[in-house]
This record gives sequence, structure tokens and C-alpha cells, in this order.
Amino acid sequence: MSAATVTGGALHRHLGSRAAAGRSLLVPYVMAGLPGWAELVGEFAAAGADAVEIGLPFSDPILDGPVICEAAERALAGGTTAATVLAELPGLAAQVPLVVMTYSNIVLHRGAPAFCAALRAAGVSGLIVPDVPFAEAAELGGACGAEGIDHVLLAAPSTPPGRLGEVAQRSRGFVYASAVMGTTGVREHLPATAARLAADLKALTGTPVLLGLGISSPASARAAAAVADGVVVGSALVRDVLEGRGPAEVGRRLAALRTALDEA
Amino acid sequence: MSAVRASSDWPAVGGLAGERGPYFGDFGGRFVPEALVAALDEIDAAHREAMADPAFLAELDHLHRTYSGRPSLLTEARRFAEHAGGARILLKREDLNHTGSHKINNVLGQALLTRRMGKTRVIAETGAGQHGVATATAAALLGLECTIYMGEEDTRRQALNVARMRLLGAEVVPVTIGSRTLKDAVNEAFRDWVASVETTHYLFGTVAGPHPFPVLVRDLQRIVGLEARQQVLDLVGRLPDAVCACVGGGSNAIGIFHAFLEDPDVRLLGLEAGGDGVDTGRHAASITGGGSGVFQGSRSFVLQDEDGQTLESHSISAGLDYPGVGPEHAWLAASGRAQYRPVTDADAMEAFRLLCRTEGIIPAIESSHALAGALVLGRELGPEGVVLVSLSGRGDKDVDTAARWFGLVSDADLVASEAARVAETPSQTEGSGW
Repeated sequence: MSAATVTGGALHRHLGSRAAAGRSLLVPYVMAGLPGWAELVGEFAAAGADAVEIGLPFSDPILDGPVICEAAERALAGGTTAATVLAELPGLAAQVPLVVMTYSNIVLHRGAPAFCAALRAAGVSGLIVPDVPFAEAAELGGACGAEGIDHVLLAAPSTPPGRLGEVAQRSRGFVYASAVMGTTGVREHLPATAARLAADLKALTGTPVLLGLGISSPASARAAAAVADGVVVGSALVRDVLEGRGPAEVGRRLAALRTALDEA
Repeated sequence: MSAVRASSDWPAVGGLAGERGPYFGDFGGRFVPEALVAALDEIDAAHREAMADPAFLAELDHLHRTYSGRPSLLTEARRFAEHAGGARILLKREDLNHTGSHKINNVLGQALLTRRMGKTRVIAETGAGQHGVATATAAALLGLECTIYMGEEDTRRQALNVARMRLLGAEVVPVTIGSRTLKDAVNEAFRDWVASVETTHYLFGTVAGPHPFPVLVRDLQRIVGLEARQQVLDLVGRLPDAVCACVGGGSNAIGIFHAFLEDPDVRLLGLEAGGDGVDTGRHAASITGGGSGVFQGSRSFVLQDEDGQTLESHSISAGLDYPGVGPEHAWLAASGRAQYRPVTDADAMEAFRLLCRTEGIIPAIESSHALAGALVLGRELGPEGVVLVSLSGRGDKDVDTAARWFGLVSDADLVASEAARVAETPSQTEGSGW
């Protein structure tokens, strides 16, 4: 790794300074295109989110469990596309950094440089593409770097030590540590695999390490915050939306997670 | 048969045939979650070691000879050829293999590899049910636990194969996400695998997906072309002018093409499922009717909309009804070494009927796309031409579809058959029960 790649963009600086101040980071996920999604971004910011993930729906989401799969299907059925979502984002006037999460063909179909330029124009500061592992990340990483977008990389409990070091060094904004071998979904307890991965990553980088996949409850968020710099929460919130709860109510669930993290 | 080389022979290094991934030109790679990369590395290493291990190769060879029935025959189709401009049409009879298609070649190799890696469970996707049946067969033979993912829509269309898999001891899980067909079964198998990778091998059915699957499955299917090349030389005294094979994911086509990649005078023709016609949008022709993209683990050609969302494919043939294709085919198409053409449902069914009537062979509807290509190519080549056709599977599974297509059953029969079909539809809550 050259020293030049250690620099990061707005997301990187924002999360880095908050984590350095001792705050446990909370990054909730919104499936763009579901009813009320735009309002939900504001609710999450007000409820104590440090950044918000904006999911762009994809037809074949292989890392997602039933909740996000259903959310993506509904969003697509409603005519949501990457273009319609990116066109709406500037109007949200979001008070926290936005991180887009989507699958590789949505990015590469438009071309990574053009996609990253569109993210920048929409005010997005980070990108997560879960089906682009480290070995395939050079092109996308370069395109992100050129537009000042922080490319967030994933690590998994199965990632061998050598690659873990590279992921830790190269990831920008935060390192997305998969708490479990599995897909996204609601789980009761923090899996045992989470603590070791978080500890290994924290020993390798000063970039915040966030645990995601299966962190749903205040208790599991608190447990995660004890070993990592914060959490990503998706399915538990999206399930609320699918069950018809409005932005204010879903925001209250996030506020409960915020409280749990602040007490940790 | 003389001097058929073992499936173990690796292609000479260099040249078209020496390409071993992860990339084929601009295509291929590994577009999967990080959690699966370590498992793909493990399979890659196990594959390389196994292919250099005489004991592994001897066991695979033994199974080929004593279990699945290799080498498969080469049959000259003289009466069929009268409709192909008089060119000689030679059928490579993968339909005669145990379980009825070329799928068993891949499955036996990967099942042995599973055992070699110390894993005790296999999972697989299936569309028509052929790969699922082959996988359940190999799992039974080697004592492996087996779960098959199959789109709910396909479990209805292929209820008999669901029963077959359950008879063989496999758990069949109907997939109710997305379009409920083959691509969704692949997604669901990947989701299972992310959570089960420590004990489970994903026995991938075709030359698509992330590296090393395109290379692994190709190496296990190469035996088709290696046998056929020698069989044609023995019978005709020269190489064929062309080789025809149907292409869905593309495993039987790569299997028969590969031995001819370094024979520049042999035309390689892949026949895609043209459905109602590529211009109608209702087809499964990823190369001739799709565009470059990343789909289910690799960069290749895919049916997609302007946003990059995968489009549903359409074909009368369940085995070709898939919106993607293997990256090596994308590369062979881009480089011009192989050509790809669409064949409509109607043309495939006409070739199906013709082979039944002229040769007494009921082909799989998949393979009938290759036969339709051979009819056209034979007329182009004329009486001096020699065309090798991959008859990748038999048509027993397609009798119902064909009977409806040709109106061979009465309305009363259809009602009775539909009633039986509904009665047979597996419930979702049912696990591994028969």
C-alpha cells in the first residue's frame, strides 16, 4: 500500500473523527424505492445515525436474506432504478453522509467511472458493493478514488490473515466486518464469529470497524459496540418498513439502538 | 475406439485451449461476497491437485466406465442427414449416459472432489431437474448429504424430476424468491453456501459462475470432445467441418468444443435458445440477444435491462432457460473462434420431431437446438460436409412438453395429466420426505 491511498474522503473523515471521540457508530440501511424511504433518511439522521446506507435494489442479491430480497423485489416492481434514486438524493438535504450499497452489475453496467461520477453529483460519499471482493476491487477502487468516493470493503470470518490486512488497509470510510457467515437478516444474538473478526481488524487499521449482518436488537448492538467501532443495521429496520410502519416509527427503533450504543 | 485420451489430460499450455481462468479475455472473474472467496480458493487448489493425482483420475475413470457408461457412442444419423443437405451428421451420444445427459460427467468429478476436500454435504441448483437428478445420484453413490434448490415454478413443470431426486435421498427446496426459476435457484444456493461453506460444497452445474467453476466444470466435461474427436477421426478419417452444441450455461458445448479449439478449420457453432425469436424479447439467447455484464459471479453476457437488472429468459427448453452464459463462451464469441446463433422454439421442436421419426432417438429439447443448427449448417456445407453434433441429453423428461406442442394428447388426457401434476406438486414445508 502506498501512503497516498491512506487518504480518505468525507465519509472517512467524518466517521474517523466521531469514532476517535469515543462514539459508537450507527449506520442504518434504507432500501430506496420503498414507501417513505426518503423521509426515513431524515428520521434516521435525527435519531442518531452517523451515516445512512442507501440500498439500490438489484434483481439478484446473493448476499441478502429474505427481508432485503423482498424489499428489493418491491422496490423494483415500483419502477425504482439507480437513476431515479440518485436523482432524488440531493433533494433530501441529508444531515449525515450517504453511502450507496448495491451489486456490481448496477455499477458496471453504467461503467464504474460514470457511476462514481453520478454518486458524487448526487452528494453520496461512500460505496459498498458486496459482490466485488478484494481481488476484483482495483477498477472500482480507482473509479471511487477519482471521484472522492470512499470505497467500503467487506471482511468475513473466513477471510485469511493476509487478505484481511489488505482489506483493512484499503477500505475507506469504514471496514464492513461481516458478523456471521451468512446473508443479511434478523438474528437474535451477536454471533460468536463477530468478536474475533472485529478484534483482528482493529489490530490492523485505525479506520473504524463496523459489524454488520444480523445485528438487530439493542442487546446485540451493545455487544457489537463492545468489540467494534459500531454497527450497520439493515434487515430489522427494513422489516418494519415492509410491515407498513411509517418513517417516524422506524426512526424510533433506530433511536433505541442509538441509546443502547451510547450506554455501552 | 482407439486412443481416447483420459479426461485427466490437461490442455497444452498456451493457445486458446490453455486458458485456465480466472479470466477469459475481458470475461470471467469472481464477483461474489468476500465470505465465499476462501472456499473458491480451496476448490481451485483441490481441483489442481486432483487433476495431477493418478489415484483421483483412476477413480473418476473407473466411474466413467463402470457407472455412467463411457465412452459414449458416436452414431451416424443417415436418415436425419437427408434433411441436412446430405452432409454427414454424427451424433455424440451423451443421451445414453446414466441419468440421461452429459451432466453426470461434471457431477461425478465434483462429488469425488467434495469427498477429497473432506466435506460431507453438497448443494446444487437445478432448472429442468437434470443437474439436480445427477447431483442426487452422485450424492447417493458417495454417501453425501444433498440439498437441491429448484425454482417453485420449475418444481411444478418438472414434478417427475422432483420425485426422482427425493427417491435418491435428496432434499428438494422450492425457491419462492424472484422469478422462481433457475436463476433464483442459483441465488438461493449461493445464500445457503455462504452460511454452510465449512461442511458444504456447491456442486455447480455449468461453466458459468465464479472462478474456478467455469474451468472446473469444463475440465470435467472435456472428455466429451476428446472422445468425439478421436471417434470422428476413426470413422471418417478426418476432422469434422463443424461442431454443433446447444448453449444455455454452456457446459456440454464447452465440453465438446474444447478438444477442437486448436483445430482452426473446425467451425464451432453454439446454438442458443431463441424462444419466440430474439427480436420478440422472449428468448434465452445471452450472447446473440444480451449484453456484457456481471451475473451470478462472473463477467459474461447476460440478458439485462438499461438499469443492469437481470431480465427473465424464455425458452421451451427448461435447461436453456437461463439469462446468463459461461465466460469462456463469451470470450470465444468475442474472439470469433466460435459462432453463436439463436434457434427458435419452433425450429428446435421441428428438429426434435425429425430425429424421432428418422433415427428412433428422442432427444432432449435442449439438444434439439443443436440438431436444428446442424440441419442449417449441413445444407450450407453440402454432401461433402461432416457435422458433429452434441446430443447432450435424452428426451424422456420432455415427452409431456412435446406431446402438448404437437397436439398428441386429447383435451381429456391433458385434464387428467394436469390433475396428476397438481397432486404431485411438492409442498413447501416438506423436507426430505419422498
